[in-house]
Amino acid sequence: MPLSPMTEPMAAPPADAAPEPTLRVDGLKVGFGGSQTRLIAVEDISLHISPGRTLALVGESGSGKSVTSLAVIRLLAARGRIVSGRIALRDKAGAVRDLVELDEPALEAVRGNDLGMIFQEPMTSLNPVLTVGEQIAEPIRIHMGLSRRAAMQRAIEMLDRVGIPGAAERARQYPHEFSGGMRQRVTIAIALACDPVLLLADEPTTALDVTVQMQILNLLRSLQQQQGMAMLFVTHNFGVVAEIAHDVSVMYAGQIVEHGTVRQVLKTPRHPYTRGLLACVPQLGTASEHKKQATPLFSIPGMVPSLRDMPRGCRFAARCVHAEARCREATPALETTDTGNIARCIRWNEI
Amino acid sequence: MTLYVVRRIGAGILLLLALSMLVFFLLRLAPGDPLSSYIDPMVSMTEQDMERLRQSLGLDQPLPFQYIYWLGETITGDLGRSLQRNGQPVSELLMASIGPSMLLMLSGSLLAILFGIVIGIVGAVRRDGPADVILAALSSVGVSSPAFLTALVGLYVFSGVLHWAPAGGMQEPGMPFTLSGLLSHLALPALILAFGQTALIARYMRSSLLEVLHQDFIRTARAKGVPRRKVILKHAVRNALLPVVTLIGSTLGLAVGGAIFIESVFNWPGMGLMMVTAVEARDYPLIMGGTLAVGAWVILANILTDVAYAFIDPRIKVG
Ligand SMILES: Nc1ncnc2c1ncn2[C@@H]1O[C@H](COP(=O)(O)OP(=O)(O)OP(=O)(O)O)[C@@H](O)[C@H]1O
Ligand code: SF4
Ligand SMILES: [Mg+2]
Repeated sequence: MPLSPMTEPMAAPPADAAPEPTLRVDGLKVGFGGSQTRLIAVEDISLHISPGRTLALVGESGSGKSVTSLAVIRLLAARGRIVSGRIALRDKAGAVRDLVELDEPALEAVRGNDLGMIFQEPMTSLNPVLTVGEQIAEPIRIHMGLSRRAAMQRAIEMLDRVGIPGAAERARQYPHEFSGGMRQRVTIAIALACDPVLLLADEPTTALDVTVQMQILNLLRSLQQQQGMAMLFVTHNFGVVAEIAHDVSVMYAGQIVEHGTVRQVLKTPRHPYTRGLLACVPQLGTASEHKKQATPLFSIPGMVPSLRDMPRGCRFAARCVHAEARCREATPALETTDTGNIARCIRWNEI
Repeated sequence: MTLYVVRRIGAGILLLLALSMLVFFLLRLAPGDPLSSYIDPMVSMTEQDMERLRQSLGLDQPLPFQYIYWLGETITGDLGRSLQRNGQPVSELLMASIGPSMLLMLSGSLLAILFGIVIGIVGAVRRDGPADVILAALSSVGVSSPAFLTALVGLYVFSGVLHWAPAGGMQEPGMPFTLSGLLSHLALPALILAFGQTALIARYMRSSLLEVLHQDFIRTARAKGVPRRKVILKHAVRNALLPVVTLIGSTLGLAVGGAIFIESVFNWPGMGLMMVTAVEARDYPLIMGGTLAVGAWVILANILTDVAYAFIDPRIKVG
């Protein structure tokens, strides 16, 4: 598969032309633990994704990217709770529902059907004792009510669509007979089997080597063009952002600190944290170069504050070269900047 | 697969050979003379009579010769005659007692596998709930109490005090055979035999399932919209069973030990009971024959386990 050194943000319906977003998250707050000892992992998360568009969630480890995406599909760990917020999903039928309000059976009807999810670890996210075909056919039977035969037929079509040669044959094999990249194609086939309106992808390429990464990104892009689903793509790699996303939300310590289109955020970042991240990716064109050499993309001195003692005011202040006393007084609000980005920094126009 | 099984059977035969050798020599090294139980104490015998008898039984030969002689006979299918029991052929005695033993052991193991797996699943799914706590307590008792103790306590409580079950034997003496009669005699010893095994299997199943439930593919299954119940029964249990199958294999072997006690306590006419009396009487040919039969059963159980394992885990390619 040809590797494009730098992919322009692909042609997709512009954000404002889209009638209504597929996903709209408002003021999401997620905590872990009992009400006495609860630690807040993410707070004040608002985002929206329109059909055919990809929003990337970027940030260092522990910034709350996975928590956010797992909250959307309501699969947080047992100790995790959505404290407040709305997760409005416009399903296949066009009905908008708040996933936070749904009970378990209703959620089961949404998962795998309107919502698909792929995870980071292709080696462990497939069931070792079931054939690959069965694992793809299962949601088809559950949600589309197809017979065993018809579901298997569709599973084979899905395998074919995600670029696995000899699909009919491969459907009868078990996960251990597939390589990492091929397994990730299988998980994509599972997630897309029922033609979901939204695909959640939590670092789906991080565990793969570079050429396979590119193949998977290209596959996801072309599947999105065919099926038109919205995509929430979690990554900590700006090179990947440039390849796949239309919009970016940058997360830091459980909050979104900057948001905009890929072009805006990468070319004219306004939050000091985004600037710091991008300073390590000298030029957009060399992003894939960077990935090849596996150089760390983050080299901002200092550490992410722990959930246990989150500082007052701007959470980035301890690492910010522009920090002043007033930065530490109150949490900065998200403001629209000169370039159209939204940034959570009170000094964005001074620096 | 076939090749693999053939290889395993070959190895099993070698193992049996080694076992027979070990038991043969250990028996002869133990103090005591088989003749003392062979002869009738009421009939006085001279030294010469004794010597003649010894010769006729081949007991005067050097040990290695005795063994080779025994082995030769065994290979041709002749396990010799019992020194007791009116000199009945060992093979006949074994045949008569294998059936009852198998019946007891297999029904005990089947109960244990069924109960163990179900209890393990309930314990893992309702983790730390009341059922889990009760089961945990019961299984500690089950794992830590030796078979003879549970057998005696069980006999006392259910037969002696509650009169729920007959005290022993395989059916009412002097009555014609009936299935219900057999089952009512079988129930208590089989349950008691199952007790310890159930506890072991349940514990193992519980922890294995808890581990599996944390694995990534469970999250994948839930992300597909598979209902929780089905996630557990279809995706988790099959994976959790893999290590449990190995354990079941070894409990099938262990059941032999428990069965010997239980047969003695319940007067169950199986190999265990026969072996206990054979050992008391130093009935060498019968002990050897019984050892071979038990050894073969343990080895067979292990082979069956491995085959079952390969059957449920597609990653195992044998052959
Ligand atoms: N099950 C959990 N119990 C307690 N805290 C959790 C749990 N899951 C996540 N957290 C906390 O929530 C915060 C956000 O974690 P999250 O996994 O979303 O990070 P991330 O951005 O996905 O990082 P990474 O790049 O490492 O995947 C972290 O501080 C983490 O410790
Ligand atoms: S608010 Fe202050 S500390 Fe926070 S990023 Fe902006 S300048 Fe830095
Ligand atoms: Mg993560």
